[in-house]
Amino acid sequence: MSDEQEVITEAHGAGSGQMRELIEELAVSRFESDDAETDVPLAALDDGSVHRLANGGGSVVVTTDSHVVTPLFFRGGDIGRLAVAGTVNDLAMMGATEPTALTCSLIVESGTPVDTVERVMESMRETSEEAGAPITTGDTKVMGSGEIDTLAINTTGVGIVQQGGHVPDAGLSPGDKLIVTGTVGDHGISLLSEREGFDFEGDLQSDVAPVNDLVAAAMDAGKITAMKDPTRGGLATSLNEMASKGGVGLEIDERSIPVSGAVASAGEVLGIEPLNVANEGKVVLGVASEDADAVLEAIRNHPQGADAAIVGEAVDDHVGRVILDTGFGNRYLTEPEGEQLPRIC
Amino acid sequence: MCLGIPGQITEIDGAEATAEFWDVEKTVRIDIVDEDVEVGDYILNHAGFAIRKIPDEEVEETIEIYESFLEGDEDEALEEIGGEPDEQLGIGGD
Amino acid sequence: MAVESGEPDLQFRDPEKAEQLTDRLEALMDDIGERVTIMHVCGSHEQAIAKYGLRSLLPDGLTIRMGPGCPVCVTDMPEVDEAVALAEEGKIVATYGDMLRVPGTEKSLDDAKADGADVRVVYSASEAAEIAEEEDEEVVFFATGFETTAAPTAAVLTAAPPENFSILSAHKYVPPAMEVVAELPDTDVDGFLAAGHAATITGYGLFEEFVEDYEVPTVVGGFEPIDILFGLAKLLEFIRDDEPGLANAYQRCVSEEGNVPAKETMWDVFETTTGEWRGIAQIPEANLVLREEYSQYDARGRFDIDVDTTSSNPLTEECLCGEIMAGKADPDDCALFGEECTPQDPVGACMVSSEGPCKIWLEYGGQPDI
Repeated sequence: MSDEQEVITEAHGAGSGQMRELIEELAVSRFESDDAETDVPLAALDDGSVHRLANGGGSVVVTTDSHVVTPLFFRGGDIGRLAVAGTVNDLAMMGATEPTALTCSLIVESGTPVDTVERVMESMRETSEEAGAPITTGDTKVMGSGEIDTLAINTTGVGIVQQGGHVPDAGLSPGDKLIVTGTVGDHGISLLSEREGFDFEGDLQSDVAPVNDLVAAAMDAGKITAMKDPTRGGLATSLNEMASKGGVGLEIDERSIPVSGAVASAGEVLGIEPLNVANEGKVVLGVASEDADAVLEAIRNHPQGADAAIVGEAVDDHVGRVILDTGFGNRYLTEPEGEQLPRIC
Repeated sequence: MCLGIPGQITEIDGAEATAEFWDVEKTVRIDIVDEDVEVGDYILNHAGFAIRKIPDEEVEETIEIYESFLEGDEDEALEEIGGEPDEQLGIGGD
Repeated sequence: MAVESGEPDLQFRDPEKAEQLTDRLEALMDDIGERVTIMHVCGSHEQAIAKYGLRSLLPDGLTIRMGPGCPVCVTDMPEVDEAVALAEEGKIVATYGDMLRVPGTEKSLDDAKADGADVRVVYSASEAAEIAEEEDEEVVFFATGFETTAAPTAAVLTAAPPENFSILSAHKYVPPAMEVVAELPDTDVDGFLAAGHAATITGYGLFEEFVEDYEVPTVVGGFEPIDILFGLAKLLEFIRDDEPGLANAYQRCVSEEGNVPAKETMWDVFETTTGEWRGIAQIPEANLVLREEYSQYDARGRFDIDVDTTSSNPLTEECLCGEIMAGKADPDDCALFGEECTPQDPVGACMVSSEGPCKIWLEYGGQPDI
């Protein structure tokens, strides 16, 4: 608002355009490389980077993510589960569904009860077993009281895919179908209503879970052309990114997007769109048209995919935009800006 | 303005009540609602306050009015919602 | 959305009925044979019209404009400055989520929060009073909105809230603003779609005089797609018949006399005064301030609020919020729209609220021909 020195604000961390601009300016421009062995570089701003190994020995996928969440323990999960699932899922989004190893780097505020950290570690152990993702190295730092809010966890993940077998964000072609693997908005709506004390009673909980096994089942069933996990910024952001990176338009049928009754209801009461808030256990996949039914069936047969649905398709006009058919008329589905706040007026 | 959402009262405790909004429940204040409410009544919630008891029959009636309108019986529909086409200034009530 | 369970009030979201109503709108526009501009006076109408993509259904020649119906948008900059000043002085300031990013002269409440002030988002006025029960510090509820939130604020004050609780009233009263907009020389409005939820409190009978005085057809409308289309159809009928009529197309929530207990509570606690509606005008008797009997809860009396309104953001000079809310311009007529003015860094308040016309246009892609 004024001529003061530019500072990082929470808005930069809330996903979508502002954060991307910042990353491009601060990181991509500096770390750019034209290494011929790198299939997916930093500049792709994908879920991870992909590098060819010598002698045709596959490609290695690397991804990293730092996790902070308030509260640390929430309905349906906790920061430990989030930290493991988040990185496992980022690997899976590149096609690496069998993680080789994860790291765990912990930053803790002085004064945090050991018991709290232990509960988080135990949750990480359980989730890493569930995902088949061994945690093999790590680091711990302690900061002064007030220098960090309780604890933050960074996890880095490494996985292997066949050379050329990775799935980029940018792979959509006109005609591809889009599949969403389950109900959207669960994590975001649940956390918001819990954090702000909106005292909802009902079946609201985070969907945080590793989805690598589900993704493996989908990849076995047909040609996956593009894949994203709709975390911050929700399904709306993921669809827009896939449209713009893939150079296609997307036509989405709003009524086919699965939303749980509780999330839809709480969203109505709070004035928040379930499509605009985070998911932590869902995937949106682009699938070659001829394989769409087979892939959908494979996903629905997986315990995590019972609610999966085909929600739309890629088209060759409206490039970079997402058209939402609301059942009444059409509108653009745009990326939400910043943190979603409940509205009442 | 105003995000108003219909809900059904499931429990009453003085000036506070629990209302069910389809699949979630939330506390609402019932001290400025227009009529006494009982468990089972529908209310319009705005910002945590019930601001209207929605009479049971009104939802059905509204639908019927819309339908009679769509079937071309405009005068009937108009009369129902308070507009009176034959008068210079159509202001009606119920 | 494919809602997995639960039964929201889907009867009013029936696309088939919407199609039939759209056909009626087409036929009515054919009968009328000229362009028609309808103004709604409610951000939630704009929100619903945009969210359901209803504009893409409307016949050619029928334009829906947004009037001064967003309480966040019309909250004046000095009012935000007062709230920011209180937060920076160490009071706990509680307010609705919509208010957080509304720009003041230098800062929004969100900026103050980032700088360490204790600013809390509440869903209802009673939650703000609950915070005061739990905390020892002074808690100020930045009370914004029209009749629908003013009555709840009043209810909290009449229920003997804790001593450390006070309110900073930026509540506004809709009916006088409709008169001002109807009188603006450049506003060419053929009919008003009046705000159903504000009318739930005030009753539709209140508009009788308005319709008589200004001879503009007025229909009180609800917020589901079918309600809105039905309300528009009613307005077109009045326009076709050249009849300045009043109708209540939201019967399940609006009665002629409105919510009498809520009105009584509201007028027990508040009285009207003349005040600025941001971007529009000084509007007589359209701001709500606490009556003498409730002055102990008035943050303006209780604290010495130091607000400097001498400096201003030069961009605000270019902001078209006022013209947009007066129905004279569309958001993309504004040079700042989506460029210097975004939801994250809004210049005008129309970009702040989910109800703000600019934010809605940005979020839903304006009036795309798709």
